[in-house]
Amino acid sequence: MSFRSIPIGAAIGLLLTFLFLAAAIFAPWLAPFGKAQIVGDVWAPMSSTHWLGTDNIGRDLLSRIIFGARTTIFIAVLATMLSFTLGAVLGFTAAVVGGWFDMVMSRLVDLLMAIPTLIFGLVVLSVLPTTIVTLILVMGILDSTRVYRLARAVAVDINVMDFVEAARLRGEGTVWVIFREILPNALSPLISELGLRFIYAVLFLSALSFLGLGVQPPEADWGGMVKENKDGIVFGIGAALIPAAAIAALAISVNLVADWVLNRTTSLKGGRG
Amino acid sequence: MARTPTKGRKDGPLLDIRNLRIEATVYPPGEQPRNVVLVDDVSLKLERGKVLGLIGESGAGKSTIGLSSMGFGRGGVRITGGEILLNGRDIRKGNTGDVRRLRGKEVCYVAQSAAAAFNPAHKLMDQVVEASVEHRVSSRAEAEKRAVEFFRKLSLPSPETIGDRYPHQVSGGQLQRVMTAMALCSEPDLIVFDEPTTALDVTTQIDVLAAIKEAIRDTHVAALYITHDLAVVAQVSDEIMVLRHGKLVEWGGTQQIIKEPRQEYTNALVSVHHIEHQEHAPGNKPLLSVKNVTASYGNSAIKVLKDVSVDIYPGQTLAVVGESGSGKSTLARAITGLLPPESGSVAFEDRTLANRLADRPRADLRELQMIYQMADVAMNPRQTVATIIGRPLEFYFKMRGRERDQRVAELLEKIEMGKGFADRYPAELSGGQKQRVCIARALAAKPKLIICDEVTSALDPLVANGILKLLLGLQKEEDVAYLFITHDLATVKSIADSIAVMYRGEVVRYGPKSQVLSPPFDDYTDLLLRSVPEMEIGWLEKAIQGRKMVGAGN
Repeated sequence: MSFRSIPIGAAIGLLLTFLFLAAAIFAPWLAPFGKAQIVGDVWAPMSSTHWLGTDNIGRDLLSRIIFGARTTIFIAVLATMLSFTLGAVLGFTAAVVGGWFDMVMSRLVDLLMAIPTLIFGLVVLSVLPTTIVTLILVMGILDSTRVYRLARAVAVDINVMDFVEAARLRGEGTVWVIFREILPNALSPLISELGLRFIYAVLFLSALSFLGLGVQPPEADWGGMVKENKDGIVFGIGAALIPAAAIAALAISVNLVADWVLNRTTSLKGGRG
Repeated sequence: MARTPTKGRKDGPLLDIRNLRIEATVYPPGEQPRNVVLVDDVSLKLERGKVLGLIGESGAGKSTIGLSSMGFGRGGVRITGGEILLNGRDIRKGNTGDVRRLRGKEVCYVAQSAAAAFNPAHKLMDQVVEASVEHRVSSRAEAEKRAVEFFRKLSLPSPETIGDRYPHQVSGGQLQRVMTAMALCSEPDLIVFDEPTTALDVTTQIDVLAAIKEAIRDTHVAALYITHDLAVVAQVSDEIMVLRHGKLVEWGGTQQIIKEPRQEYTNALVSVHHIEHQEHAPGNKPLLSVKNVTASYGNSAIKVLKDVSVDIYPGQTLAVVGESGSGKSTLARAITGLLPPESGSVAFEDRTLANRLADRPRADLRELQMIYQMADVAMNPRQTVATIIGRPLEFYFKMRGRERDQRVAELLEKIEMGKGFADRYPAELSGGQKQRVCIARALAAKPKLIICDEVTSALDPLVANGILKLLLGLQKEEDVAYLFITHDLATVKSIADSIAVMYRGEVVRYGPKSQVLSPPFDDYTDLLLRSVPEMEIGWLEKAIQGRKMVGAGN
């Protein structure tokens, strides 16, 4: 595979995603100021020292965006990974094993999905201490219900194909059937879902932070930053728009990459075509 | 149904294709995309009311040429050269609107799989009259009247009301005839039949064929009849055109093509079915013995197997014949344990096999392998050939690394495929190659019995012939027994040692091949034998007259 074969949209997506990831990983070295350091006036305009201006209590906005990338992406990635591992494995197992396991799991998932995610998250997080670990667990488990339903639906279709029957006739166990026969064929819908789910995780985290139940100050996080600076909008100060734009940019770039990967995994010729 | 010759007819041929060239872009593995020529410099002329048969194996460009007469290229195919004159005007020069007026009015299309071509959400009548109403050929009421007449002519049951049914409520053979009625309904000048009987049972094929032939004769419509079965096309065509790799091989009258072919390739097509196979007498001790097996789906609501008993001897072939729904495949499922029998038993080399698949030890599973009809879906599309063939080696013999790769190479050699195929994915193989890989996968387990479920029915005659020869060769080398499920009696004649004829879940005739295939016949075996198309003009009429019963799928 050569770099030239990457379509332009995917290239832009890759570049932006890479920049966000670099910002997240190297935050302490990249950020010009500390994340909680008060360095200037309240809502100072953009200048050569403060490229994006300052926030509601005079912290450098660029530094906070960079540190915010760290928390936001870290939590969203872990939560998405958790939801996919949990949802896909349980969904495939339910489809392959069937019977009571399928019944119990599916009804359990229905039960969880019956309660709106945000409200459920709010209830759980207001009871439990708001640490990053609980945040990831709550987000991951709530989101895995969606993945479970998708994975099960896809696997049920694949499970009746002749090649799965051939594997069963050979005497293969459930683990082989799930991971070697079904998973590779279910990857395309799962990856397209992955891009979407990751963004939902970012938005969900931002929503929680906005409501004050997500990442706690003085930790920087994009959703929380929108909340901190929202009052400025009334005075014509756009500081809240910058973290919002960062969320949007991340959303678009991740999905550009996911679509491209999707195109490649859909190929039945090993992506050589 | 007499047509008035006043529809602005011009003289000269109805369809005149000159130097047609059709191309497509392909993306071969590891290479730059390149252009391939699918149809190269093909010219044909079709007079009004005549039938031209297009014949050749897959990839010969038959369907592509057929569709080009409607100005249509399937899946990225481009018509890049030549002229297609229909009713005297070049349809390539027309715009989208012209083409739209042409399709469904002047030229209609009958697809291979009617089941896939009908919209399952609409009633048959709505779909049959759609083109007539859309093109304002006639009012809906008139079109419906005409459709009913066609239903009657095509001898569909209850022609007045069958239009109120949905596609899934009629059988495959009936659906194919409804589709023919749909094509006839808008009174086109030309109908393109794209393998209309290939997906049907032999016993049903004969009825559909007769219906199509009669309808063509009575309506004086011209037709392009596309098929890979020369015996079938000989029954309906006035002329036959043989194609290979997109080029014309031979074009002549039906009689000349089937009796005095001038080209070697045509000769190969004409004489394809002959494989000499010496029948073996049954041995003393059967390898697999099925005793009084009864099986059913859905909590014994429908019995699909009724008291079936057959024996298979080591190194021999038992052919199970019958039409769809006769329980052939269910017998295979009962033997493999996928569908545990309700009563009766399956014994393999003196030991009784467990009824359920899950209860069988690995050794039993190894000795009984299966090859499927659709090689496409019988292999995981995400695994390479090496993985597909190598897995049974790992699984049953714990072979790893070099040893396994070596054995995979040997097996590829056995199925007459070279080394270069190990890294390919199934999507990169042709139909025949896919089936060969499936055979290699079965052989890898060193089985004593292989169940072959219609393994050649999805393949072209020449390719199928190759597969049958390969299977016979392997049987000699490996001394493996086959349970060969098929509906094609020609195949049975060339490979079987003994035959079981099944009808509605029961074995109606069973014994050594020579005995089963010699008179006196019971009615059903007689029907099956008569339904196998013969390469002879007039066979169809004789067969229809001579038979004593009608197939269950009718």
